[in-house]
Amino acid sequence: MWREWLPFWHPGVSPHGDDTDLLFAGLLFISALVLGLLFFLLALFCVRYRASNLADRGDRIRKSWHWEVSWTAASFVGFLGLFVWGAVIYFEIFRTPPDELTVFVVAKQWMWKVQHAGGQSEINVLHIPVSRPIRLVMASQDVIHSFFIPALRLKHDVVPGRYQDLEITADKPGRYHLFCAEYCGTEHSGMTGEIVVMEAADFAAWLAQQMPSNSLAQEGGALFRELGCSGCHGGGSKVHAPPLEGLYGNLVPLADGSFVTADDKYIRDSILLPRSQIAAGYEPLMPSFEGKVSEDQLLRLVAYIKSIGGQQP
Amino acid sequence: MNEDNYLNAGYSLRSWFFTTDHKRIAILYFASLIFFFFVGGAAATAIRIELATPQADLVSSDMYNRLFTMHGIIMVWFFLIPSIPNTLGNFIVPLMIGARDLAFPRLNLLSWYLFMLGGAVTLFAILAGGVDTGWTFYTPFSTLYSNSYVVAAVMGVFIAGFSSILTGLNFIITIHRLRAPGLTWYRLPLFLWSLYATSVILVLATPVLAMTLVLIAVERVLGVGIFDPKIGGDPLLFQHLFWFYSHPAVYIMILPGMGVINELVSCFSRKQVFGYKFVAWASMAIAAVGFLVWGHHMFVSGQSLLASLVFSFMSFIVAVPSAIKVFNWTATLHKGSIHFDAPMLYALAFIGLFTIGGLTGLFLACLAFDVHATDTYFVVAHFHYIMVGGMVTAYFGGLHYWWPKITGRLYPEYWARAAAVLIFFGFNLTFFPQFVLGAEGMPRRYHVYPPEFQVWNVLSSGGAVILAIAYLMPMFYLGYSLFFGRRATANPWNAPGLEWQTPSPPPEHNFDTQPVVTRAPYQYSPDFKAEPQNA
Amino acid sequence: MPDAVAPQFISTAHRDETAELGMWVFLATEVLLFGGLILGYFVYRHSYPAAFAAASRHTEIVIGAANTAILLTSSFLVACAVDAFAVETRKICAGLLSGAILLGLAFIILKGVEYADEYREHLVPGIDFNFEASEANGAQLFFVFYFVATAIHALHMLIGIGLLAVMATLTWRSTTTRHRAALHSIALYWHFVDVVWIFLFALIYLPGRSA
Repeated sequence: MWREWLPFWHPGVSPHGDDTDLLFAGLLFISALVLGLLFFLLALFCVRYRASNLADRGDRIRKSWHWEVSWTAASFVGFLGLFVWGAVIYFEIFRTPPDELTVFVVAKQWMWKVQHAGGQSEINVLHIPVSRPIRLVMASQDVIHSFFIPALRLKHDVVPGRYQDLEITADKPGRYHLFCAEYCGTEHSGMTGEIVVMEAADFAAWLAQQMPSNSLAQEGGALFRELGCSGCHGGGSKVHAPPLEGLYGNLVPLADGSFVTADDKYIRDSILLPRSQIAAGYEPLMPSFEGKVSEDQLLRLVAYIKSIGGQQP
Repeated sequence: MNEDNYLNAGYSLRSWFFTTDHKRIAILYFASLIFFFFVGGAAATAIRIELATPQADLVSSDMYNRLFTMHGIIMVWFFLIPSIPNTLGNFIVPLMIGARDLAFPRLNLLSWYLFMLGGAVTLFAILAGGVDTGWTFYTPFSTLYSNSYVVAAVMGVFIAGFSSILTGLNFIITIHRLRAPGLTWYRLPLFLWSLYATSVILVLATPVLAMTLVLIAVERVLGVGIFDPKIGGDPLLFQHLFWFYSHPAVYIMILPGMGVINELVSCFSRKQVFGYKFVAWASMAIAAVGFLVWGHHMFVSGQSLLASLVFSFMSFIVAVPSAIKVFNWTATLHKGSIHFDAPMLYALAFIGLFTIGGLTGLFLACLAFDVHATDTYFVVAHFHYIMVGGMVTAYFGGLHYWWPKITGRLYPEYWARAAAVLIFFGFNLTFFPQFVLGAEGMPRRYHVYPPEFQVWNVLSSGGAVILAIAYLMPMFYLGYSLFFGRRATANPWNAPGLEWQTPSPPPEHNFDTQPVVTRAPYQYSPDFKAEPQNA
Repeated sequence: MPDAVAPQFISTAHRDETAELGMWVFLATEVLLFGGLILGYFVYRHSYPAAFAAASRHTEIVIGAANTAILLTSSFLVACAVDAFAVETRKICAGLLSGAILLGLAFIILKGVEYADEYREHLVPGIDFNFEASEANGAQLFFVFYFVATAIHALHMLIGIGLLAVMATLTWRSTTTRHRAALHSIALYWHFVDVVWIFLFALIYLPGRSA
């Protein structure tokens, strides 16, 4: 495409990465122009108007404000252009990812634990198929980390207490660095890994090879019973608890009259802070599982609840 | 020294440690700052030696984390923030304004003692075992997970914060109320406009830092969760509170430098600063708008996209007044009569290095590029270009410019020029490769790194060696000049400001008679002779 | 005999105006100090409205209201003292200031009683905090802010009481009005501490108690 006509251009690994690279090239070009002009003028004035040199110093500029307004306006317009350019790409980078291929990532001191929907898990490595948008759902077990893939020009902080969605798409097979980019303690610089991008067939083969015993949703179902959730939310329960089949992605009416969408965050908050959003028509009886369930287990429970019916939120 | 001046007005320890003379307090600060610069510089040296190789060889990871934290805390709060305001500002402001002292001399002395107390507490934290949270103290790591002397460090900074507040308060009141007769606002040298803007930030931003540090200490000591997500606290609230102070703080760490540059560029071009009013109001604009951009440190933190949009926009706006200043300084050179004394070399270096730092700030204000570059060495290079290439360079420039006034001695000019050139070269070699490292994706605060980053790291560490030598040179020749330098006259640079209309060094009471100001600053006649402000 | 002023001032009027302006700038810093804390309060109140309301109902409104009345009255006495500042009425002025001091001390004592009650009711975060489970998180955040804000306010009160005591002594003894600027500045500080309390009262005691 037209970008190949730019000198020194080489396409990167993702379309958004290319957009960012073009922006970077533009910023470099403009900066080089401005800096070049500045250094030229500084050098020119220093040479021509050095004290020992007899140059024409009469007729100094009187009405300085013409110049002031001009270069202020020029700066402002230039900056506005750069702002819009950067903002447009930013919004595309962080739009809500499609739900088709979801991978869960749990960040903890000092490793990345990756879980694929089918139950395959890996540590500090993320295998993904080429040219497909992958939705990462990220959580932190302890402190703030940051998921950084330089080849994709992409990063986002992973903050404890919340889920973070991130879409990644890689168009070239290969191995790319994964870094933690938010200082997180002793082994922060050791919390690195790889993104392995494979052709579709290779990726399918790799998935099959991992021999997971159960998918995440199946493990979530087992947890659902072990932790006693089915005791209240199950069919034969005497306790009046909201049914969870078909819940995912739909609107939930709350006791205070508002509505909330049952997305991943809602499920997680309901398990950890059940009294924060009471469903309409129900008593606030559910106990909190804060401290009794890890981020890995939470992801499995969320996967399970997704699997028992519902829609994309 | 033949005549009586502030230096020979008393030799006892009591006359120094209980002084209320702004000039002596400036010297007290100057000595303390040299000490802290060395401490922070020692940490930097260790860091750069370690980073010359990809693997760990000099220190453990825990030690490395403590080193970069200490470097940040000391350099930010115990060197840069007090640097120009408390040394050059304390000394020169009353002289420049035609006053006998600052408005509140005893508060001035108290600010130095608070600074030293804060420094002592922070040094205790360092010597007892260090802090490993980074100078930014992000939660929940600093409150719940760090096994280091967080509370002590935080308390040291808290105490030093009061020193900042008192300094800012003193300058604001002094500039409002103690101006000499005839010295209207638009006749003030631009150094004072910059210090005024700095002081507004000092008094309004520092209290928010104080409160944030108290909350960290409360959370850590009492085990209550203010920023703890497990009980519903929000780690991002900490970031908002922290950066609400710390972004304006970076303007504290550049505005005084810009103020000095005005004085240098005009004196050594023998010409008034181009667009005086624009430069004056640009300082105020930077201070005001600087309070509205803090979220640009949080573009990938999880704050809303709309918030990021607003903060990016405001960050571009705040760059406009800085750009105005750079254009004005350049225009000042036009049709001037330029002399290349050491202060001017520093001023020219400042204009170049600050512009590079400022332009790369635009890169970071640009949302999509910041997603890639934040938390990498690109940011580290950016802020070092402004704080070191800008502020420290301006500090050295101002120090050389006012050295004859402060000490009554002339420094050796050729050594000074050599040091200035070596600093410029060493600085660029140290920090320009870091832009490349950041663009390539090397994260910051990394003790070990992938081997492909080594080349640029070696260049940077090599530059650091040169920079260290270059920064040591002034110690030697300035120290030499104190004892053996030629004595200075009242006005060795032939400059028009009020501070030059009194002997070098000044008498304790600054002026024998109250100066009366009759003209604007920087008035040089067409044949480049200075016309004093009070003639 | 004219008052000697420090060399940077040209007259006592100059010195006095300068000192008062200094106090105004200092109060601006205090606004930002409490402002940061209040901002944090509002962020959490927005996230946990029910918990904040429930927690607020556990505060002792009788003591809070009494303290508000005490502090407002003390400010009134200080204002009267400023008005009464003259050589002939200096004993009255000192007496008014002493009255304000006593009221200030009453405030502190009542605050202590209140803290003791809250300790007994397990409302002190970090010291065996206990609240009904459905609102515990938000309530704990509320009480963290309650204790930090009122403790810092009480510290400012103690400093203010000290300053008023110094002022009362100076006024009683001095036969001139040279301390007028000091009185004005200290009065300003006291009024500011009062205004902060009014904000804190509204944010701490009132949520959850209407209707």
